[in-house]
Amino acid sequence: MRETAGERWGRRIVLTLLTLFVVIPLYVMVTSAAKPLQDVQNGFTWWPSRPTLQPFVDMWSTVPLARYLVNSLVVSSIAAVCSVAVAIFAAFAVSRYRFRGRGVFSVTVLSTQMFPGILFLLPLFLIYVNLGNATGIELYASRTGLVITYLTFSLPFSIWMLVGYFDSIPRGLDEAAQVDGAGPLRTLFQVILPAAVPGVVAVTVYAFMTAWGEVLFASVMTDEGSRTLAVGLQGYSTQFNVYWNQIMAASLVVSIPVVVGFLALQRYFVAGLTAGAVK
Amino acid sequence: MATSTTAPDADRREPRAGSPARVPARRPRGPRRSLLPYLLLAPAIVLELAIHVIPMVVGVWMSLLELTQFHIRDWSTAPFVGLENYRATLDLNSAAGKELLHSFWVTLVYSLLSVGFAWLLGISAAVVLQKPFRGRAILRALFLTPYALPVYAAVITWSFLLQRDTGLVNHVLVDQLGLLDDRPFWLIGDNSFWSLLVVSVWRNWPFAFLCLMAGLQNVPGELYEAAAIDGAGFWRRLRSVTLPMLRPVNLVLLLVLFLWTFNDFNTPFVLFGGSAPEQADLISIHIYRSSFKTWDFGSGSAMSVALLLFLLVVSAAYLLITNRRRDDHA
Repeated sequence: MRETAGERWGRRIVLTLLTLFVVIPLYVMVTSAAKPLQDVQNGFTWWPSRPTLQPFVDMWSTVPLARYLVNSLVVSSIAAVCSVAVAIFAAFAVSRYRFRGRGVFSVTVLSTQMFPGILFLLPLFLIYVNLGNATGIELYASRTGLVITYLTFSLPFSIWMLVGYFDSIPRGLDEAAQVDGAGPLRTLFQVILPAAVPGVVAVTVYAFMTAWGEVLFASVMTDEGSRTLAVGLQGYSTQFNVYWNQIMAASLVVSIPVVVGFLALQRYFVAGLTAGAVK
Repeated sequence: MATSTTAPDADRREPRAGSPARVPARRPRGPRRSLLPYLLLAPAIVLELAIHVIPMVVGVWMSLLELTQFHIRDWSTAPFVGLENYRATLDLNSAAGKELLHSFWVTLVYSLLSVGFAWLLGISAAVVLQKPFRGRAILRALFLTPYALPVYAAVITWSFLLQRDTGLVNHVLVDQLGLLDDRPFWLIGDNSFWSLLVVSVWRNWPFAFLCLMAGLQNVPGELYEAAAIDGAGFWRRLRSVTLPMLRPVNLVLLLVLFLWTFNDFNTPFVLFGGSAPEQADLISIHIYRSSFKTWDFGSGSAMSVALLLFLLVVSAAYLLITNRRRDDHA
């Protein structure tokens, strides 16, 4: 099918505009991270007057960034791994069994993903605080509380995507394993999971990203000791100064791992979305 | 039993015809087997109950209590007030009710515009990237980047761009292009709504792009060939092939995007640094601020429950209407 000249120019214009829209903020983030402080305190400049990596050094001492980073890493990793572990069993059940309540379960779980976060915030805050008072289990302002909260946030979509991946694995493989005498769990671990590794990795990255980027609960459910990056980055604006160059440097550093992970696995996200959308 | 002569025959044939297809899905081998799916689901169900279902029930209960700062540490002491919180917060003649209504309209307009633009950019990118060409993979990765960035990193960068004296936007508009004489404020006043909208579209359109790109992969190429042979131009092919084939994706995508933007808290919270100007006072941040400013969790919960009910009604109506139209087409 031949492309007309109009279509070709249309495509170029659309792509140029979209690229500019996407790239300009990214460009500012990267170049401003290499600016000395006076560059970001006066008028905007497209290029640093004197490129420097000093903001990447200073950002660790202006706010306790290392502590926020460790908190975010610990919370997001544990939440992601637990979320995927729970989702694997649930998705196996939904994909391979027909049982009473299967439809209700799928719909209920997915719909909680759509509910406003603010709806859960006040009750969870109250439950965590009162549970701490009554039993001494500290969920409020603790990393444990954040882990539990975040792992359920990514759970619905993780289950949904994993069901899609599991459904795409031929049932013939299960049957062959069962003929060899494998029980359901061995079938899951020795047949289905090895075939679904890319999907499982993609879902883990998704769950990690969800926890890594969460702001609402992080802003209420943490104190100075358990604060995560989502809230911690706002500490660069003090009463006297806004260290925009350090904010940009820190934003860059905390973005790179998730962006790289997401882009490396984007193919599998598309596959997961397609598998889910077909149903 | 008029068909009794054929019945035994059919019974005998059934297991042979039906079982090979069904065995992998349904394995009725004793009671342990039938419990297994529930055991597999148990962790997920327990977590969903603990973090989503129970808090939701608690939230409804809280909305019926006078749950002010005196009772938050020990909520068993909070007196039951029935629908009083709803009456107070939803009373459109009171100051609180007027503010809530204002916030509701802001949020509605914001969501509709944001979803519309995000969809428009998403479909444009998906269509122009449909056919392979050099550099397509790079552009695709680039376009997905805003979605992959942690929301606070993305939004904080935008708040830098939108600073009055040190930001890029005013530098370009005022210093370089000379379009404006005064440096406008983008993060307070009337402009803050449009700033919020642009940031939200920047964040969300890649998700629309991702879904539409996935949807386009299912459109068979022959359809375009056939349309081209019939002499259909670009717009005609878009209207008669692409959009109808994307309909199932669009139905879900638009609803999901609408619910996400309607509930959006992160964008205004980070963009405006913890609060929001009146013109960009989205409902989530409105509830958040009025709850934690006054520590009146009772009316905060009442507003949350009202928000949930509204979204449920909208979603149900949307699904009903779109399903009915699909039946009409079929």
